[in-house]
Amino acid sequence: MMSTTQYASFKSRPLYGTLSPVSATAHLVVAEGEGSEAVKTLVASASAEFLDNATLIYAKGSGPEDATDAMQALGFKRFHTSATATASLPRLNAALDRLRMGTQIYLTGNESALSLFVKACADAGQDYQGLQTEHHGSLARRMQCVHCKGITENVTTQPAECAHCGLLLLVRDHYSRRIGAFQGVNINAEDPADVPAKEEMF
Amino acid sequence: MSINAGIDVIVSDVVEVNSLIKRFHFKRADGQQLPAFSGGAHVVIEMEDGEQRRRTPYSLMSSPFDTTDYQVSIRRDDEGRGGSLYMHREVTTGMAMKISYPANLFPLDLRARRHLLIAGGIGITPFLAQTDQLNRLSADLELHYGVRSPELGAYLPELNASLGHRLHTYYSDEKQFIDYDELLTRQPVGTHLYVCGPSPMIDATLNSARSLGWPEAHIHFEHFAKSPPGEPFVIELANSGLSVEVGREQSMLEAIEAAGVDAPYLCRGGACGQCETKVLEYDGELLHEDHWLEDDEKARGQKIMPCVSRFRGKRLVLER
Amino acid sequence: MGSTASLPKFRDETYRDDFSFRNSEQSVLRAPFPFDKDSYMYAVNMELHQRTGQLNSAFNEPFDVDEHYLAEMRDRALVLDEDPLRYQSLPHMEMAGWDTLELLMTHKSQSYPESFSLTRNGHDWHWINRPMGIDQHFRFGDATTLPYSPLEYITRQAQGDYVVLDERQGNLWMDAGMVTTQADWSLDFDIGMNFYEWHAPVPLAHEKGIFDRALKYLLAVQQSNPARRLNWTMTVNPRLDTSPENFHKWGPENTHVTPENVADKLFLRIELQSFWRLPRSNALLFPIRCYFLSMRDISTVPKWGARMHRVLKTLPPELASYKGLDNFRQTAVDWLSQHDDGQPTTPGAQPD
Repeated sequence: MMSTTQYASFKSRPLYGTLSPVSATAHLVVAEGEGSEAVKTLVASASAEFLDNATLIYAKGSGPEDATDAMQALGFKRFHTSATATASLPRLNAALDRLRMGTQIYLTGNESALSLFVKACADAGQDYQGLQTEHHGSLARRMQCVHCKGITENVTTQPAECAHCGLLLLVRDHYSRRIGAFQGVNINAEDPADVPAKEEMF
Repeated sequence: MSINAGIDVIVSDVVEVNSLIKRFHFKRADGQQLPAFSGGAHVVIEMEDGEQRRRTPYSLMSSPFDTTDYQVSIRRDDEGRGGSLYMHREVTTGMAMKISYPANLFPLDLRARRHLLIAGGIGITPFLAQTDQLNRLSADLELHYGVRSPELGAYLPELNASLGHRLHTYYSDEKQFIDYDELLTRQPVGTHLYVCGPSPMIDATLNSARSLGWPEAHIHFEHFAKSPPGEPFVIELANSGLSVEVGREQSMLEAIEAAGVDAPYLCRGGACGQCETKVLEYDGELLHEDHWLEDDEKARGQKIMPCVSRFRGKRLVLER
Repeated sequence: MGSTASLPKFRDETYRDDFSFRNSEQSVLRAPFPFDKDSYMYAVNMELHQRTGQLNSAFNEPFDVDEHYLAEMRDRALVLDEDPLRYQSLPHMEMAGWDTLELLMTHKSQSYPESFSLTRNGHDWHWINRPMGIDQHFRFGDATTLPYSPLEYITRQAQGDYVVLDERQGNLWMDAGMVTTQADWSLDFDIGMNFYEWHAPVPLAHEKGIFDRALKYLLAVQQSNPARRLNWTMTVNPRLDTSPENFHKWGPENTHVTPENVADKLFLRIELQSFWRLPRSNALLFPIRCYFLSMRDISTVPKWGARMHRVLKTLPPELASYKGLDNFRQTAVDWLSQHDDGQPTTPGAQPD
């Protein structure tokens, strides 16, 4: 159903928590950008053995900060680095392929990166309810255009233009974990002449 | 039709599997095919045991794709309330009985990359149907089966034939036990774990899985509680305006039904939540035996599961 | 259920372009009018899906086939030609597809033996759909013996949308479906979501605990007790495919309702939703069947005309907005007022 009303919260929205070490056979940590802060806190509160069977995949992301050196210095048994969350996916998928049950997965970064990481884990057969997540950085959304199906990255305005078909879209409070994106629906279909102003929103 | 609608069946065969276990076959009384079902499903069997009508759930063990007959295996329980004794002593080929439609509270998660099945004793029965289903799907599976001895290990030859090296047996008389930590540490991501057996086995499996960091969504267990026999007591049914005595070997739910009050149920084993009933008043002790209510709900004393739980005290008023 | 009903003559009509869809007088009277009182709010309005007393009604058969059958199936085929994403099934749902095929073929051949027939010989099945001119031999369980996957095959021959819900962890997951007659929601976006997630955009109902109670009811649906409920919205023109995918194409029509054309251009869109436990997959089948009544159709039944007027007039604004009625609600209320005598209506939804 189409409506221009904004609801304060909604049931399909991913909720993020705070990473905290739990008892597990092994640990896989995936971080993007400012998520490096969450990794530092996680390691600081973990037992000494935590790092012995832990993997960290860190993507610097598009922000100005580069925490690569600080992340490497934490002393994870295995450490992979990438430029962006998207670029980290092949290594993440390879790591997921080798995982055994009992590996706790920790994901952190901005909203777009978290969308990609959660989707990769689900595609590997890991139920999303067993994942730990913590949000850091931008709340810019990944948005799927419901009309042309194209995905627009880093959406910060309401409404927003589809990068593929150019329609002006209302970014709905409706999220698909399978697609890893919020839903965008044409905002002025009833009257294309009515072009609402864009506001910075996310 | 209602949720508790039944199917009229004829006992088409009774087979002694070993000194403790009998297998019962049912065909539809009208000669039609039975409904198909999914591996892990159970039926509730109605028993007219003298004055008493019992309804007890048993897992279907036959192939879910064979709708000519249903099969259940029942282990004789000399300490129980008498359902298994009735089946062992009274039920013979040709008898007319009534069973429920199949319902599944122990379904396979078909998204799993791998299915790891752990059975103890008579807990093997749902896995017989499930392995049949999984074999047809060419799914990756492994079955670990713990029993006292080869003689008491029901269906070992059949499982050997259908599973081959994917079957692992453990005989406690020979001091063979499942090493849960070792087993659960070497499973690839995407594995789902299923366990059915005696309570200590379920507890050991769940404890190991949880402490190793298995996510809850990948852990499945079938925990039919039994309504233990106990001292008789009286319940007042507020909505019906009835006072009902619960006998020593009767469950509260059976007593409520015997009084002519219809109550919903699916599992009759304290697991599905359907028969949850409000406690309006009580003076005494609620003896919760179910796996449905949370511990704090049990402590608050406002709800009870009449299929398995009992009462000791002066007065109990239920909203029924 | 399980009578041997004869099917009416199928209308040659369209749900797009010239919108030649019309209801016969019979078709109006047999519609499942959704309002049993003069106002509307969400409720867990579930009941057993069984025949009601009325002689000719949408509740006569488990899967109703009516005079619009062939036109609706033609419209579905057109939608799928343009957008194959309207049918999807996640990999673990194939067994549920076979269960659905069996359920629909069995009931259709029992309900309408003159039009549909199913002969089984072990796994070798023979299906005849006379209205659509289909005669198919296939092997149950072997998808290569059908032109489509089992779920797509049978739902190309059955009116209404079909969503298949997998049951896991005490929740229902929308993991497969054929959705071309939807009231503005996207299967492609919602597939894989659980019961609470796909209902996320619905206002008010979460807070009222509606979904908790509805889910508990649905989880108890077993093979012996299929259930149903009615839902509704309104649509400008009898357009079955009001998808978000095409909103930019049909959205402008929402502003085309005028006092002069409202009687024939604006439709009450009734959803007859039913719920079926599937045997081999343990999934739940959720058919959503759409019935259209124009405002003029409704006004031919005095009780319905008065009631439609009162329901629309008193509908809470957030519900009206969510259902997308803001552009034409007042116009409809004004037109319907001439069919409301202000007298009390009799209980129940059936015509007097």
